[in-house]
Amino acid sequence: MVAIVDYGAGNLTSVIKAFHAVGADVRLIDSIDGLAGAEALVVPGVGHFAATASLGPDWRAAVREAIDSGMPTLGICLGLQWLFEGSEEAPDTPGLGMIRGRCFRLEGPVKVPHVGWNTLDLPSRPSRLFDGIASGVSAYFTHSYAAPCVAETAATTTHAVSFSSAVERDLVFGVQFHPEKSGTTGLKILTNFLRVARERR
Amino acid sequence: MLAKRLIACLDVRDGSVVKGINFEGLRKAGDPAELAARYNEEGIDELTVLDVTATLEGRRALLDTIRQVSARLFIPLAVGGGIRSMDDARAVIDAGADKVSLNSAALADPALITALAGIYGSQAVIVAIDAKRGPNGFEVFGRSGTTREAREAVGWAREAADRGAGEILLTSIDRDGTRSGFDCELTAAVSTAVPIPVIASGGAGTPEHFREVFSAGCADAALAASIFHFSEHAVRDLKQFLASHGVPMRLDW
Repeated sequence: MVAIVDYGAGNLTSVIKAFHAVGADVRLIDSIDGLAGAEALVVPGVGHFAATASLGPDWRAAVREAIDSGMPTLGICLGLQWLFEGSEEAPDTPGLGMIRGRCFRLEGPVKVPHVGWNTLDLPSRPSRLFDGIASGVSAYFTHSYAAPCVAETAATTTHAVSFSSAVERDLVFGVQFHPEKSGTTGLKILTNFLRVARERR
Repeated sequence: MLAKRLIACLDVRDGSVVKGINFEGLRKAGDPAELAARYNEEGIDELTVLDVTATLEGRRALLDTIRQVSARLFIPLAVGGGIRSMDDARAVIDAGADKVSLNSAALADPALITALAGIYGSQAVIVAIDAKRGPNGFEVFGRSGTTREAREAVGWAREAADRGAGEILLTSIDRDGTRSGFDCELTAAVSTAVPIPVIASGGAGTPEHFREVFSAGCADAALAASIFHFSEHAVRDLKQFLASHGVPMRLDW
């Protein structure tokens, strides 16, 4: 069973539907008690980084503990940004801090928000999230802030500047794009994430 | 590189797509879910369901349509037509829409844009602007193009963006249904004035029209209905044409 955190940051219908489509049982959780019995954790979210303030100290401690005890965790969009230390968008709201770095506003001679299909450039190092997926595939994005390129970067995308469109370290995964809206590529990525969870069972 | 988007619009009335659809192999001509699945296979980047019904029964049918369309679709789905309130928006989003498109309701109550963006995020809120050339520039019309508003398109688009809209769907009333090409001047005027993406609509007739609106028109996306119904591979062929003319396109799906 995949636990999806519902902290009030946007609509989760599409995320739930996509996990169902790849054969997962899903439970929406709005308190840390819901983590019990989950085989994997998903932190979704759209909108302002300040919305992650609902994921306060209790949540941060519980998620870190879950990851330490072997629960694969996937942040989607705002959820990826939350894996970092914080964001320019809401400087007083701390992120989970599993990955070093702060998210920044996209700027340049381009439209912001960055909306639409853009390509994922995959480094040559192996990735469980992108197993069977070729560099250069397209995914659907919609966001104004982005995470820096760091050692954990598993895919980069460029919209005036390059940013982490995916991160991966041990059991911690994050995607800036929306796998639930990225067609067959997106479903393949969710399947790969589920496989990590099932291998650990 | 960010691709330019092609968006297919399904005009739906009482659960069926109106306008002639003649794809071979569809079990039921005009079934929105089948047509959506077909477009998805052909590589469409996004779908818009436009409700052209006015009756209460039609609204209920629309929610069923959204559920059916979104059940098999993992690309963005926008829904427009007759969304007048937070409750209307909530109903279509709960049924599976990723974005709602507001037109007359945003004109009547611009605060609705901000309220919806506050709950669902700006990425879920499209403001649709129907514009027509007139003595005062590009004039905005509400109520399906029947009522002239005391607004002009560029200013209204800026205000909508300031109020939290995530995208603008810009339709040229002059060109709509003519197949004589998008109004590139209108599209460029709005697209260069706002920081958010602009979807051009109205007038698509040939692949060249799309090339023009993505270059001279500075459009971020283009929406059409009937041109995609002409042939079985219309979407795929159009994408390949545009890519061969240097327009960034998503070609993997």
